[in-house]
Amino acid sequence: MIRVDLPRFDRFEAWRDAARHLVGAGIAPERITWADPDAPADLFGSDPMPPAGDAKVTATKDFLTLARTVASHSDPERWSLIYTALWRAQTDRAFLGNPADPLIDRLNRLAKSVRRDIHKMHAFVRFHELPSDGPRRSFGAWFEPEHLILQAATPFFAKRFADMDWLIATPKGIARFTGDTIAYDPPATRPDLPEDANHGLWQTYFANIFNPARIKTNAMRSEMPVKYWKNLPETHLIPQMLADAPRRVQAMREAGASDAPAFASKVTARIRQPLEDTPPETLAQAQEQAARCTRCELCHAATQTVWGLGDPDARLMLVGEAPGDHEDLSGRPFVGPAGQLLRQTMAQADIDPDRAWLTNAVKHFRFTPRGKRRMHQTPDRPHIEQCRWWLGIERGFVAPDLTVALGATAAFALTGDRTPLTLRRGKVQAGLDGGPVLITWHPSLILRLPDDRAAAARAELLADLRQAGRMLAA
Amino acid sequence: MMLAGNINGTYIPDMAQRTLDQKLAILSDAAKYDASCASSGTTRRDSRSGGIGSAGGTGICHAYTPDGRCISLLKILMTNFCIYDCAYCINRVSSNVERARFSPEEVVNLTLEFYRRNMIEGLFLSSGIIRSPDQTMGDMVRIAKMLRVDHGFKGYIHLKTIPDAGPELVAEAGLYADRLSVNVELPQDASLRQLAPEKRPETIRAAMADVRLGREAAKEKTFTGKRPPRFAPAGQSTQMIVGADGATDRDILKTSSNLYSGYHLKRVYYSAFSPIPDASAALPLIKPPLMREHRLYQADWLMRFYGFDAEEIGAAHPSGNLDLAVDPKLAWALANRGQFPVDVRNASRDMLLRVPGFGTKTVGRILAARRSGAVRYADLLRMGAIMSKAQPFVTLPDWHPGALTDSDSLRARFAPALEQLSLFG
Repeated sequence: MIRVDLPRFDRFEAWRDAARHLVGAGIAPERITWADPDAPADLFGSDPMPPAGDAKVTATKDFLTLARTVASHSDPERWSLIYTALWRAQTDRAFLGNPADPLIDRLNRLAKSVRRDIHKMHAFVRFHELPSDGPRRSFGAWFEPEHLILQAATPFFAKRFADMDWLIATPKGIARFTGDTIAYDPPATRPDLPEDANHGLWQTYFANIFNPARIKTNAMRSEMPVKYWKNLPETHLIPQMLADAPRRVQAMREAGASDAPAFASKVTARIRQPLEDTPPETLAQAQEQAARCTRCELCHAATQTVWGLGDPDARLMLVGEAPGDHEDLSGRPFVGPAGQLLRQTMAQADIDPDRAWLTNAVKHFRFTPRGKRRMHQTPDRPHIEQCRWWLGIERGFVAPDLTVALGATAAFALTGDRTPLTLRRGKVQAGLDGGPVLITWHPSLILRLPDDRAAAARAELLADLRQAGRMLAA
Repeated sequence: MMLAGNINGTYIPDMAQRTLDQKLAILSDAAKYDASCASSGTTRRDSRSGGIGSAGGTGICHAYTPDGRCISLLKILMTNFCIYDCAYCINRVSSNVERARFSPEEVVNLTLEFYRRNMIEGLFLSSGIIRSPDQTMGDMVRIAKMLRVDHGFKGYIHLKTIPDAGPELVAEAGLYADRLSVNVELPQDASLRQLAPEKRPETIRAAMADVRLGREAAKEKTFTGKRPPRFAPAGQSTQMIVGADGATDRDILKTSSNLYSGYHLKRVYYSAFSPIPDASAALPLIKPPLMREHRLYQADWLMRFYGFDAEEIGAAHPSGNLDLAVDPKLAWALANRGQFPVDVRNASRDMLLRVPGFGTKTVGRILAARRSGAVRYADLLRMGAIMSKAQPFVTLPDWHPGALTDSDSLRARFAPALEQLSLFG
């Protein structure tokens, strides 16, 4: 047997050097004994290291990461397992990537246990403040990890606590940091850490953030295994917290509802929204009421009511279908792709959007969620009919000389006529309230059409908007 | 207007004398009904370039309380004085709970001292509404700014956004906080209007829309090619109370799905309605529906990582509620047996994800292992599949479920757990 003695720290690097040498020399796994620092000497002595071979030794990057992690495990067999894997990989590279292979599976499990232990060390180290005579504050902790993770786990603390000195003592070694690199020393006796007033505050926090009406101790034990409890300042409170919980819940139940202090209703009376809606006296008041609209069910899923925008004394009103995704989020009409197309076309027709009133027939977004996106849905007749209430109020206050209906939904909302748009586009119809309504395409239709037909539709939209301009000028 | 300060003067005359310890007790007790605890998914940063702290790796849970919730952040209220009267909340104006208020310096110091002792990942700051939404939000932003700017704090900060606060305050909050959240509180607008009359569902949603737009704007380069400052890099989350109103699980999941798609939330937290001291007559105290909460989280996972949509999960049971006895994926599979058994040798990733007992990691491993040859029963066991669940739903070279898939007693194979649970749940 060839015996390889591994050091206390920088173990993985030592293993890697030896393993490269031994695989290169063609030494099979069963001929090697890997010895950790505390391992007993071999009774029968060992063979000398063979001379280096000339075989090229290769490994994948993923395997080296896995092996490095496994090297921190406390299982004495780990060295021969990663050596065996390296040995096999020289003739069968593919097996490293097969999670169903028993050896890879075992290494994955060892690595997982190490990663978990490192994660728990990051979670459960508790520093005590130590007296310091320099400008940097000083802290110390005692921690008992399951594996040999001191070196793997401590760079985390150096990054996080760069502005303080700290030491973490464990049964297998000590890590010290004073602002530069971490120094590792062999284990010493457990240090006496001074009382720290903040540990008392921490216990107060721990006891009070606990909800006695929810007891789920299994979840607690699986994530905070009992083996770590002895060095945590808060865990000794747990038995008392649990013992006390039923009494506290019972007391809540018996106490039941309490009488509100007298001032409470006075406070809320001043900030509550009025419940009844009286008919709005101004356009602004109408907008405020519409913001709380629940006339149809669209308000439950949509973000907000998207009210009209523009000049309240405008002679021209443009009515679209309903807000889309962008409009719903921002609360402003015609800001999405269709809105941009409309604004461009308006500019071409010499119509200033700020001097018109832009709004929608339906003021809430209708959609179906698909993963992270919301797919637009055309509003149904009941939505349009319910929302006509607001459109009517809006039209009453703005009192435009001409209204342009963009698309079928707006045309129906304004005229009550549901016949197909193809025959009506470019024509003026009487609105339900008597005002003239010019019918045209909705810009979103243009965005959906194939290029050749889109260009034609866009030309028609432009022609209709120009016609609107001429009608207003006349 | 009656202000919190007057309430203070009238009702808690000795507040000024409260010790830090007493304030911490009151203001952490007041914060515990918020389930959110995440501290992951933000920008990677650490203190080697100055300041204190690090973030950006996996979140760390520094402790667990016996209620099964993790402690990752110092979760406290700035104050539990509140002018709102939300029936489900211990801090509502009509409650007689003890009141306290931290100074901004106290919050900053507690955060830093706990942080230095490795007890927390950072701060989750929320507050009762005092005086006005703007004033409250302004104070919270000031605390976050002190931590970031005065102390170079690189740890995690989660701020609860006050829905009616001005957009410029929310914009500033996004510069200092990793995460912003607004709680929708209840799954249906009608229940919120009834139980939280000062809150408005539309302003809550508008606040979430603002955060989404703020995040998107921060990702776009300006015309000079400069990147704008980061805005809430860990995204936003929200919370719904489960069991305080009549919403079914199907309603709840539909609401979640609207929220995920509309505001790109990182998480929706479900919080089983829990009895509070000093309860409101408007909401009778119940035993918190913990199993229902658990099933909702499982269903939420199915929506986010397994390609299920709310409707198909909700439709698995005619009541619109999730089956408490079996997990929602198994319930869906039992209701859709026509799609099974799945042949593991050639099934698509999407279909493998729908097999009960296969998690996302297991499916990843199956796909990797298929490249090296047929996957057999023992391989699946090794790769983490829960074969006791998967058996009726898969075929393998060395396994066929036969009549098991369509057997009438299949649900009963998995359901006996219900009887055990009902003793407690």
